Amino acid sequence: MEKLISLKIDGRPVSVPAGMLVVDAAKRAGITVPVFCYHPKMEPVGMCRMCLVDIGRPAVDRVTHEPILNEDGTPKIAFGPKLETACTTPVSEGMVVWGATEKVMAARKDVIEFLLTSHPLDCPVCDKGGECPLQNQTMAFGPGESRFLFNEKNHLAKHVPLGELIYLDRERCIQCARCVRFSDQVAGDPVIGFYQRGRQLEIVTHSDPGFDSVFSGNTTDICPVGALTTADFRFGARPWEMSKASSICTQCPVGCNISYSVRREAKSDGRCVVKRVLPRQNEAVNEIWLCDKGRFGYHFGEAEGRIQKPLVKQGNEFVETSWKEALQLVAENFRAAGKKVTTLAGGRLSNEDLYFLKKFNQAVDGKLFASSEMGGGEWTRRLGLTPGSDLGKVGKGAAVLVFASDLHEEAPIWWLRLKQAAERGLNLIVAGARATRLDKYAAHVLRYAYGEEEKVLKALIAGQGEAGQALQSAADVIVFYGADGLGLTQTEAAASLCAELLVKTNHFGRPNNGLVAVWPHANDQGAAELEVPVSANLAEELGAAVALYIAGADPAGDSPALKEAVQRAGFVVVQELYMTESARNANVVLPVQASMEREGSLVSGERRVQRFYRAVPPLGESKADYEITAAIAAGMGTKLNAVSAEAAFAALTQAEPAFSGLDYAQLGQTKAQWPLTGREEAYFSGTVVENKDGLGVTLSLQPNGKSAPAPAVMPAGLRVSKEGWLAVPVTRLYDQAVTLHSSELLKGRIGEKALSLHPDDAEKLGVAAGDNLSLILDGQQLEAAVDLDAGQPRGVVLVRRSMGIALAGPAEMILHKIGNG
Amino acid sequence: MLRGLWTTFREMFAKPVTIQYPEIKRPVRERFKGRHELKRYDNGLEKCIGCALCAAACPADAIFVEASENTDEERYSPGERYASTYEINYLRCIFCGFCEDACPTEAIVLEKDYELSFTDRADAIYTKDMLIVKVPAGGQPTPQKVTPGSFDRSIPEMKDPTN
Repeated sequence: MEKLISLKIDGRPVSVPAGMLVVDAAKRAGITVPVFCYHPKMEPVGMCRMCLVDIGRPAVDRVTHEPILNEDGTPKIAFGPKLETACTTPVSEGMVVWGATEKVMAARKDVIEFLLTSHPLDCPVCDKGGECPLQNQTMAFGPGESRFLFNEKNHLAKHVPLGELIYLDRERCIQCARCVRFSDQVAGDPVIGFYQRGRQLEIVTHSDPGFDSVFSGNTTDICPVGALTTADFRFGARPWEMSKASSICTQCPVGCNISYSVRREAKSDGRCVVKRVLPRQNEAVNEIWLCDKGRFGYHFGEAEGRIQKPLVKQGNEFVETSWKEALQLVAENFRAAGKKVTTLAGGRLSNEDLYFLKKFNQAVDGKLFASSEMGGGEWTRRLGLTPGSDLGKVGKGAAVLVFASDLHEEAPIWWLRLKQAAERGLNLIVAGARATRLDKYAAHVLRYAYGEEEKVLKALIAGQGEAGQALQSAADVIVFYGADGLGLTQTEAAASLCAELLVKTNHFGRPNNGLVAVWPHANDQGAAELEVPVSANLAEELGAAVALYIAGADPAGDSPALKEAVQRAGFVVVQELYMTESARNANVVLPVQASMEREGSLVSGERRVQRFYRAVPPLGESKADYEITAAIAAGMGTKLNAVSAEAAFAALTQAEPAFSGLDYAQLGQTKAQWPLTGREEAYFSGTVVENKDGLGVTLSLQPNGKSAPAPAVMPAGLRVSKEGWLAVPVTRLYDQAVTLHSSELLKGRIGEKALSLHPDDAEKLGVAAGDNLSLILDGQQLEAAVDLDAGQPRGVVLVRRSMGIALAGPAEMILHKIGNG
Repeated sequence: MLRGLWTTFREMFAKPVTIQYPEIKRPVRERFKGRHELKRYDNGLEKCIGCALCAAACPADAIFVEASENTDEERYSPGERYASTYEINYLRCIFCGFCEDACPTEAIVLEKDYELSFTDRADAIYTKDMLIVKVPAGGQPTPQKVTPGSFDRSIPEMKDPTN
């Protein structure tokens, strides 16, 4: 039990844990102490002086150390001669705080007057206007008039790009250093800083490209003025003109809670469109942060090229048709296929979509596969995290193993939370074949060569080395495993070995213990929970299909082998947002709704089921995936209740034991979180959106979760011939995936470079960064640009996923400099 | 009865108060509030900076504004922001003049034109082209190409508000 301290704030008795700052104690008691530089997620600095309050402490006799009492027996309170900053003063026993006396109000008035000496007061054109802490606090506490000379206002540059994502207005900056401290303390990217002093002080970036941080967008949320704005939203709309719609980010398996700001626009032909994405507070998932991929990658819903009507291939051309005709054609052909339909489900589909596909598959007695290059779902389902788990509470005494995953690139918010946990004392073990950003915060870094993954895991299971010992002795252990340099069969084996480790050390079935997969898609864990299998020889399965039903996946775009298989398959139906490679090879293409146009639920990598809501009306005649599946199933004589996503989820919870007892109302429940967020608290926490639409529910482990895995055998590491290179797939945050390439802003960060080499190897080959290489992979001759990375092992080519070169797992590759043949 | 007829008779020779509208138009009062106009500076740049405060102030939700970013290559107004869409729905407008009061650049002014009649709902929506005044003599039409750095501020020469 924490020690409680009693004090009085504005005459109100308050009891708070020892060590808490006065400003937080007041906030918890519902008393507002205005702040600019203080932020509850960062260390206080006391720079802005806005939080000045009058603090008194019980007077103590200097000789006897006895408290001095008043005549009536109450302790005498001694006030200091000056006001103190509430944000840097911890509470102490018997303290008396006055936060609204004339003296305090006068001080606040003066601070505002100083802050506004050079502030341009261009609120009408400022993107922050309407949700600006400086604006609000000037109205609440400001003097109304300034004694400073108007003509002495210091005019600075108003249009300073700190990189292509974030713009700085130097005039508006009040030098609170929230952005600088965030980048340094929270994001671990000290790429922006103060330059010069006094009135000449400027925020500058010293990275190339500018403000090179995947968390840069968060600085615009916590900026208490409009000094930092995103290039994406610049002058997009006024805050009061937009409505908010809660959703879940679909870019990675973290499942960050987001809120779309939506407005109806003449520019977009009168449609309601998403203008920006703000983080929505969920302290157990993304706290109040969001990565730039989630913040700026939302454009996939509105981009050109969305399929709006059902298409049927006639000859080599696609012809628009009605839903009735398209569905009739699909049903006829599926029936003609003797009901043997092979179904492929993508990782972006919601639980409802996946469940309907499963029911459809059972009805037609076909085959159903999840489209993923990563396996191990069986083990994340059986040994995954349990209710009550929270990476924000993991710290001293716990250990986390991150195996074969570059979390900073694959799931930035997990990276952020593990970094913070490591700073709290978590024993972080990073095992990887190449240097990653997480190494810096790890207690133990295990480096292995690609192909030796099994050896490392076996050693950890045996408890060898300091890291192995740490895992044995830790109170709680979470294992994150990824697919860095691994294919489907390798990840399956890796998952099973990780499971063995957890079972052997008895670290499962309790909160903050278990296995987490760093999946490539948002709902791969949902597919695992619904036991949708993956297939190691997908090409064969797809190629042999008499009728093929592809939902939310693009196998033909993923690899040439799968493309050939899709072409070989009989009748192909694809439901998609865009004309993907698979859609082009289909007989019927059905338009689906993007995640912001529909309702549904997803399961995050931490097994948290979360709801997303409709933000904008659906485009054209598109339908939700589960509605389409239900309509096709109806044509085949199977009834699925697709009246709403809620009904579909209700049916799912009835049938699937993993989800039993859940309903949409539970997923939509919230509880009080700290720090407080919302419109009134924008000055305190930033423009993060208050969570009113659900924190989600973590799935319980099923009783069969206790079984130990059979000893796994990993495929032996690939040996390459003398002239060949070992090529392994790796994941980068910004790739050319269909959900990201429509975001103009991120194009520069995505780049063109598909390969990565060690500088020494590049020198041997005689190539420089950016040069094109000719390569032979699986007998195919291709070309790709190369990037250099000194942190990767020598003799290995890293092939970035979704950058144009298809590589499902480790393979041999022949490299040539272009020009040398 | 004669007294009543006398009134009628007298009025026959009085000056009629009716006028032959629309051939003859009576001047409106100085403070009359008619159709809005969007003003320009003398150099032709638009005063409107697309801040949408008029839309926020409008009690009838008659105004719709969308802003975009100015560049020195294509400049519509001083500063970084201009109104790329500006629409007033005259079926909604109640001519209260709150928009005029809210405008930080004195760009929107309720002028004297009262001849507003429509046969179609869509015709009642006046777009920016219809609302903006002609380019004054000596000014350039927008967008203008200007020397970089010459129009950095939304209000080019802000006066000391306390004077």
